[in-house]
Amino acid sequence: MDTIYYLIQNMLPVAIPLLLVALGGMFSERSGVINIGLEGIMLFGAFFGALFVFTIQGAGIDAQLVLLMGMVVAALAGFVYSLLLSFAAVTMKADQTITGTSLNMLIPAAVLLFSKMFFNSDGITTNMGFFIRKMPVLGDIPVLGPMFFQKTYLTVIIGFVILIISVIIFYKTKFGLRLRACGEHPQAADSVGINVYFMRYAGVSLSGILGGIGGFFYSVGILDGNINGHSGVAGFGFLALAVMIFGQWKPIRIMFAALFFAFLRTLAYSIALIPFLNDLGINQTYYKMLPYVATMVVLAFTSKKSRAPKAEGIPYDKAKR
Amino acid sequence: MQDKQTQTPKKGFDLKQLTKSRGFSAFTAALLAIALGLIFGFIVMILANPDKAISGFRYVLVGGLGRFGDVLYFATPIMMTGLAVGFAFRMGLFNIGASGQYTMGMFFALYVGFMWDLPNGIHWVVAILAGMLGGMLWGIIPGLFKAFLNVNEVITSIMFNYIGMYLVDMIIQGNGVIYIASKSRTNYLPSTVQIPSLGITGSNVNLGIIFAIIIAIALFIVLERTTFGYELKATGFNKYAADYAGMKGKRNIVLTMVIAGGLAGMGGAFAILAPSAIAGSSMTYEPINIIAANGFNGIAVALLGSSNPIGIIFSATFISHIQRGGTLANLVGYKPEIIDIVIAVIIYFSAFAMIMNAAIGRFIKARINKRHQKTEKEAK
Repeated sequence: MDTIYYLIQNMLPVAIPLLLVALGGMFSERSGVINIGLEGIMLFGAFFGALFVFTIQGAGIDAQLVLLMGMVVAALAGFVYSLLLSFAAVTMKADQTITGTSLNMLIPAAVLLFSKMFFNSDGITTNMGFFIRKMPVLGDIPVLGPMFFQKTYLTVIIGFVILIISVIIFYKTKFGLRLRACGEHPQAADSVGINVYFMRYAGVSLSGILGGIGGFFYSVGILDGNINGHSGVAGFGFLALAVMIFGQWKPIRIMFAALFFAFLRTLAYSIALIPFLNDLGINQTYYKMLPYVATMVVLAFTSKKSRAPKAEGIPYDKAKR
Repeated sequence: MQDKQTQTPKKGFDLKQLTKSRGFSAFTAALLAIALGLIFGFIVMILANPDKAISGFRYVLVGGLGRFGDVLYFATPIMMTGLAVGFAFRMGLFNIGASGQYTMGMFFALYVGFMWDLPNGIHWVVAILAGMLGGMLWGIIPGLFKAFLNVNEVITSIMFNYIGMYLVDMIIQGNGVIYIASKSRTNYLPSTVQIPSLGITGSNVNLGIIFAIIIAIALFIVLERTTFGYELKATGFNKYAADYAGMKGKRNIVLTMVIAGGLAGMGGAFAILAPSAIAGSSMTYEPINIIAANGFNGIAVALLGSSNPIGIIFSATFISHIQRGGTLANLVGYKPEIIDIVIAVIIYFSAFAMIMNAAIGRFIKARINKRHQKTEKEAK
């Protein structure tokens, strides 16, 4: 039972960044823009979040409040950075994959440059303790308490709140319906008076906000509030894209996909603590490859009947019918 | 990019025809993207350290000239990965997995270098071919996934970057002959497996650059003069039309990815098998779980060269040139990462440089027309 508690406690902080970033990717792709730059957006958000925490950590503010403020900073950073993608992909009608790739390449270099010049290291190291040993009241619930409210981070609760908000925006509002229309058939959407350019900007911006938050939560939940330009976010932006495809561009399915991937990764990093797997004596690197191999397998089975938005990747041009 | 320019002088130099050609606009678009990238880099340098910005920027621009041998040596691998990306691009495939293919190729070359005992003169050739095979292996899988399972090649090849990197690092660390644990790097390669040097003192430049240029020219011929090349480009222009015309789309996808993988793999072999300027040593590899940057730089090279093999020869040399300059800018306190930023910005702008180029062209034309009309009015 302790092993199960341990796995869940460690899995959730990993699942949340994947979930948020995949939701961001979903908003962007359902509006018709492929956002392969999520990796870069994550690192950008994580960097500014960590920088904010670094500057404020001496002020004696409560750690959880700092986390919330850092989240806002990261969201703003992600939003600003995603404007580069929407400008190129929507206004300039450029190739979305290439633009996203350039955004991915820019940020690790910029983070390294900045950190080397100002901190004389490869990243930012903070000493804020975001870890929550046990939440009041909720942590005392039997079974569920140890699973969800002990030895965890605030990010887990925020992540699920954002998921619920996303579902409501996506399915229950006029905005969500219009956004989805722009990804399926922008010409039709335009003909009934929806501003396709605006909706696509909105979709990419939402992915920027969620990507930034996801990046910061990665740095909080996995790297303990630090960020490093060399390892970045370890391909989580790309994994999130796979999560999104596995989740068939639908929020609730994306959640299950994120949990699945997070479980694999947690398993990979806690082999030494699980006696029966440790006894097998398999090289740990195999387990590290597991999430990526699993992505390949999952995609192989799901891509044939893929429900990708029809108009994704195609710049919208009013003149073309 | 160059072909149109050389054809025109036959009927006298016709500027209008030249500026209208597709190659010319690709060339000016590349120049525009480079200019914007360099300007951005300069701004970053000013922000980082205003006093040294000018001397640092001068290093970036012209620093590579004094070390042309090194420029060519470092151009070799990115020329190969650039060809790997560009070749797949012509078919409409985005081979972001050049890094993984490069790493695999490098590993296969290393393995042959250390574990096989072959006579001098054959050893390095076999090692290069092994590198090609390794890259092909890592290219064929995303190709098969794309062709038969309809999985987006971008995602699969990214996953294969990670899988390849972890796999190679694990195998190297587990091999006592290849890996020196105390120095956390690979051992020095035997001299029989090092590619013969071109003999420029103080640099590692070797036969690899010659091979890379020959391969680029061969690819150009394949693309422009063979049925396969024609089918490849046709599929890139319009997949459905190509299918309708009876071209074997699936076979071509797999074949393209195999060739692209082989190119990137050879890039890895060229990089690791290079002779060292210091006798008794060689290039080494550090298995530190980082994805090879040369693969991503290949994307920049391919885009700058507008995916034309001949263009890629020049763009690889250029990128390598500013990379050398960036290393030299370290002398005045700038970090070489500045060049990665410049390259990323160049890619960003080259994604829509063609459109921007056309817009600027229209703008200038409109200005000229206006002036024309004005003078006509005044004449009346």
